[in-house]
Amino acid sequence: MFKINFLKPDQSNLNTFLYLGTFLFFISILDVFFNSFFKVNITGFLPGFLSFIIPLLLGFVGLFFIRIEYSGIKKLDLINKHINTNNFNAILSLLIIFIIIKSIPPLLSWFIIDASFAGDSKDVCTGSGACWTYIKVWLRRFMYGMYPNGEQWRINLSFIALALLGSVGFFATDKFKKYLTLYYVVIYPLIAFLFIFFFISGGPVFFDLSYGIIAAILSVILGFFIPSKYKFYYFLVVPFTLYILLKYFIFFEEYIELGKLDGLNWVETGAWGGLSLTFIISFFCLIFCFPIGMAFALGRRSGFPLIRYISIGFIEFWRGVPLITVLFMSAVMFPMFLPEDFFIDKLVRAIIAISLFEAAYVAEVIRGGLQALPRGQYEAAKSLGMGYWKMHIFVILPQALKLVIPGIANTFLALVKDTPLIFVVGLLEIVGMLNLAKTNPKWLGFAMEGYVFAAIIFWIICYAMSKYSYNLEQKYKTDR
Amino acid sequence: MNFKLKDIGPQLITVIAVVLVFGFFTYNAQINMESRGIDFGYGFLSQESSFDVQFSLIEYDGSHSYFRAYLVGLLNTILVSVIGIVIATILGVIVGVARLSPNYLINKFAAFYVEFFRNIPLLLQIFFWYFAALRALPLPQDAEAIFGVFFLTIKGLYVPAFIWENFNIFLYSIIAAIISIIVIRIHAKKLQETQGKQLPVFYISLGLIFILPLLSFLIGGVRLFFEIPVLKQLATTSFIYEGGVSLPPELIALTLSLSLYTATFIAECVRAGIQGVGKGQKEAAASIGLTPNQVLKLVIMPQALRIIIPPTTNQYLNLTKNSSLAAAIAYPDLVLVFAGTALMQTGKAIEIVSITMFTYLSLSISISILMNWYNKKIAIQEK
Repeated sequence: MFKINFLKPDQSNLNTFLYLGTFLFFISILDVFFNSFFKVNITGFLPGFLSFIIPLLLGFVGLFFIRIEYSGIKKLDLINKHINTNNFNAILSLLIIFIIIKSIPPLLSWFIIDASFAGDSKDVCTGSGACWTYIKVWLRRFMYGMYPNGEQWRINLSFIALALLGSVGFFATDKFKKYLTLYYVVIYPLIAFLFIFFFISGGPVFFDLSYGIIAAILSVILGFFIPSKYKFYYFLVVPFTLYILLKYFIFFEEYIELGKLDGLNWVETGAWGGLSLTFIISFFCLIFCFPIGMAFALGRRSGFPLIRYISIGFIEFWRGVPLITVLFMSAVMFPMFLPEDFFIDKLVRAIIAISLFEAAYVAEVIRGGLQALPRGQYEAAKSLGMGYWKMHIFVILPQALKLVIPGIANTFLALVKDTPLIFVVGLLEIVGMLNLAKTNPKWLGFAMEGYVFAAIIFWIICYAMSKYSYNLEQKYKTDR
Repeated sequence: MNFKLKDIGPQLITVIAVVLVFGFFTYNAQINMESRGIDFGYGFLSQESSFDVQFSLIEYDGSHSYFRAYLVGLLNTILVSVIGIVIATILGVIVGVARLSPNYLINKFAAFYVEFFRNIPLLLQIFFWYFAALRALPLPQDAEAIFGVFFLTIKGLYVPAFIWENFNIFLYSIIAAIISIIVIRIHAKKLQETQGKQLPVFYISLGLIFILPLLSFLIGGVRLFFEIPVLKQLATTSFIYEGGVSLPPELIALTLSLSLYTATFIAECVRAGIQGVGKGQKEAAASIGLTPNQVLKLVIMPQALRIIIPPTTNQYLNLTKNSSLAAAIAYPDLVLVFAGTALMQTGKAIEIVSITMFTYLSLSISISILMNWYNKKIAIQEK
């Protein structure tokens, strides 16, 4: 009556198998645990190879014994279902458990236990762990690059102000909700631009762009009185004409000089760097690449063959070349294409290059959304008598953009991850600063800490972005 | 045809704008080049390059031409891309399938891998492997042999070189095996369609690809020797391995980071593809009596591949383009050799950057044409 078939555990001897299996399983875990945490080898008396493989063997047999179908014990069934469905899965589960147990002590000791935090010179870093002192000493450089220490409050203030201005959307009352798009698409980027290029860079440049701004404001105001039939041509011609009129015929330099302020100390863009530069570049490229991409996506779907082919050419060109060559182009080739006395700052050049590059990807993503919309939407909008722009702004784009939120988020993530490439044009954001700090003769040999630090920062940023896009996607999901 | 201003106007304006911008650029470029005394032309390609390259697949030194240097860079780029694509595909498929595993631990482990490597910039990963992880490897004299023949040191990976005798015959045997496999596949398909019989094509192919080359060893007189790297002392503290093939640490760091990074994206493509096949398909296939293997091979995979291939193509393209990051760790790829060193020496910015961009453009386009062809082949043939 006590017939136990060890090769085929079943319900009739449930308890025997359960105790035996659990016991073996725990023995194997315990062996690995002691081995990795206390450097004690329980099975050391066995020959080398056997001692290496015995925990796996014991654990496997243990898992085999407790693999009893419909045992009636809820927890056991759950375990069997999740980690112990068959022999192959059992071995994989064991291996993963062992890897986790094995990797905890070295990681823990490197990150915390043996690491040095105190002090401000290399001498304190004698332990075998990480030298976080290095990060502590260099933190300002990693965050702000070569930006002068005394002026760094300007970066902080700008970022805090922009973050506050950016969060306006959460507090807006329903009455102002309809203006939010306008705010985020036009006003907010403009404010951000003014902040960063005039506040962070400083210098007496406050009203240099006033011709352009005045021309833009004037033409928008005048634009309200133009019949909608001619609006397209109006906006093509008038702002530029106004600008030229203002600059060369009406307002002379002297009037503009009056508006200039002495302002803050000038900090050239070459000194910008670190994580703040990563933010600045990502922010501007993000703002610029979206409308450009949208324009080319519409261009690629346009009924005019010439516009379509130009858009296809643009998109396929930028998608076919690596970003590093684009940046090379902006660094060495682009200055050749400009008039000799005309100089564009390298940060601006880099931002233009990255924006155009990412715009091509954004365009493809948005095109996917446009194509996914059923034709009925276009036809319905047209049958209501909407024109091209009205149809796209009020009917097509809101739906298409909702569809492609994940794709756009992925493109933006790629953009953030591409920013370290600006080392090509000689700008050093956080990864570039790390490489610079690594070669400092006083701080040789701490490359690992620096890269781990930057990796953690980037990981947090990117992970947060991807989670946010997921939430956005869920929020705007509409069932069809 | 009635031309309306409404149709012509926007197109005309766009074309004029594009022409103006390009004209402006060319005009400036001409003036700039004239004032700096640079002449435009591709004649420099045949001049002597007089710089050396660390790692090259073809014979190259300073006495060769710039065009040869370009080829060296291009081959190095292709080498990294091909190795990276192969590893990334294998790893990506494994992780993608693991993401769908019913096993909780495997599932979470794969998810952790994907989330971890996907969210760290590739350049940072390359730097990490090259400057931090590979620098922790032992010096040549302290290196322990892996399986007695591989040596992983701070100066790179040393692997045994293959020395062939009668290599041609071996090559022919492999070609013969491939041709016969194709013939058998066509025959098997015909048999299946006309008589409903199934041949064990997979095992026959496996057998052929092993047996024919084996025969070439036994009968054809093909010999294979291994040249195992040997430690050699140059000076008191300077050691080096001689013989065998040495893979520089730049190459290892680059392929490692490229494939680890791209594999995460491929894994997501694979997961989405397999999940995209409806559950009903699996159930329907099982209910008409197909075995689980047949369900996978005949029903799930053909449909999943259709979803998987287009995004995976994009990942291959990305990997190829990302291989240009090699310039950051001084692996002599196209960007470093040609757009870096050659540009510095000749100063021909426009020519060199345009050639480099054109090369990447044609690489991308050829990969996408290849994959489009494959995609079309497996797409649904609608009637």
